[in-house]
Amino acid sequence: MSADADRRGWLKGLGASAAGLWLAACDKLTQNPRSLAVLQSAEGLTRRVQRLVIDRKALAREYSPADISPDFRPNGTIHPQDPDYLALAANGFADFRLVVDGLVERPLSLSLAELRAAPSRTQITRHDCVEGWSSIGKWTGARLGPLLDRAGLKPAARYIVFHCADTLDPNAPDGLRRYYESIDLIDAYHPQTLLAYAMNDRPLPIPHGAPLRLRLERQLGYKQAKYVMRVEATDSLAHLAGGKGGFWEDRGYEWYAGI
Amino acid sequence: MSDTPPGKPTRVLVPRHSAATRITHWINVLAVSFLLMSGLQIFNAHPALYWGAKSVFAHPWLAMEAIERAGRPMGVTTIFGHAFDTTGLFGLSGKAGVQVPRGFPAWATVPSWRDLASGRRWHFFFAWLFVINGLVYLALSFLQRHIQRDLWPKGWQLRPAHLWHEVVTHAQLKFPKGEAARSYNVLQKGAYLAVIFILLPLMLATGLTMSPGFDTAAPWLLDLFGGRQSARSIHFITASLLVAFVVVHLVMVVASGTWNNIRSMITGRYAIRPDAPTPVADAAGEAA
Repeated sequence: MSADADRRGWLKGLGASAAGLWLAACDKLTQNPRSLAVLQSAEGLTRRVQRLVIDRKALAREYSPADISPDFRPNGTIHPQDPDYLALAANGFADFRLVVDGLVERPLSLSLAELRAAPSRTQITRHDCVEGWSSIGKWTGARLGPLLDRAGLKPAARYIVFHCADTLDPNAPDGLRRYYESIDLIDAYHPQTLLAYAMNDRPLPIPHGAPLRLRLERQLGYKQAKYVMRVEATDSLAHLAGGKGGFWEDRGYEWYAGI
Repeated sequence: MSDTPPGKPTRVLVPRHSAATRITHWINVLAVSFLLMSGLQIFNAHPALYWGAKSVFAHPWLAMEAIERAGRPMGVTTIFGHAFDTTGLFGLSGKAGVQVPRGFPAWATVPSWRDLASGRRWHFFFAWLFVINGLVYLALSFLQRHIQRDLWPKGWQLRPAHLWHEVVTHAQLKFPKGEAARSYNVLQKGAYLAVIFILLPLMLATGLTMSPGFDTAAPWLLDLFGGRQSARSIHFITASLLVAFVVVHLVMVVASGTWNNIRSMITGRYAIRPDAPTPVADAAGEAA
């Protein structure tokens, strides 16, 4: 009996140590930049294959008004405390100007009225958060493609960067505190890619990014920058903040968030 | 095993698993283990499941959360409206005194700490390995006729009397050691076919349905599974069924000869005793 119990105890101990070692190894591999780079290599494969199988103009599913979520959850920054933003908000965003610059022939500075007059689209779409939940909302906004054409992209332009008004990580080093995002030109010219100023037929509420947020329906929620102040055309993402093309990308998330 | 006359082999090693089966099996073990543990990390970012296209936050059909009761934190798992105290396992777990709110405990997730970004990196890397490995397995197994010859049940195996016989001998943990051990029994075949052709493809398909990008290429997936949140629920349920399969699989490995089974999946050779009787499903149990 004792020999049997001994053996059982020994096996149990072995099992527990093997599991412990396995977990410790996984944790170490996650912290090691080289093994993490191997894991991250899957992103390039996913992006290339998705670009290959998804038609460039294929639309994300659009839903009916009955499907709209009454409990659409805002995430990330919900009430920006940045003084410049608070000043704009206090005035109902009457003084808001969207700047379109960078690698463009004709830099733009547009008021909300001018954005509302630009070629627009309304769509009821599903917002998929990286955390796993989904909400459905109705968005109206200026289509990004025609706006970029108005400014005239220079041939060197490869990415569109969205600079935001909100500080999401006040404790980060200088230059890494504010939200920003970036997309490529395929997504920038997708018909459902909007700078939305209305949600569910009302002006965009502050928790959802007033006065202007990006809608990018074929990628996850964190790509869809809120509180957009400036749209910059650029040939590289390396010079911005952490160099990975977005606030969450600088913190380890995928730049291509189609999955 | 050595009390038989010399010259008459009581134990012969027969070829059991092809190199293709063995290699893809172990790669699959690796990939599915990482997929499970990184999947639980991803689940922990929002430990609640819904049906339909969207999340109705007030009505998940399954949720794990930490609540306060009588001044003490408590882990609660709610399934279809029924709440269970799962402190230490689901909803709230960790070392005594420093328990933290989290869906699944640290020992079940990769990485062990809360890190959705890294969990996703692990998950999608091993998802690719899983898919490529699975395609290699299917291609080789059809070409080598492994599926047609070894996995597909024979007509006589599907007769109710035989099925019942297999159920009873399995329940008694009596397994053939002789000639009958050369091939898979019908319950084994059913379990393997279900895993290979239903559960694992379902994991992939429901996983892809959660991709907002892939949805635009294959919107029919949303209709097939009843919406993205349904797909997430089915992904979770199917993963649970796979865990249940692995548990039964491991119990059967141990019950029917641990080292013989492990050897056969490493070297390909499986020991049988040609003169051993086939178990009979009666109460007398003469094999005992």
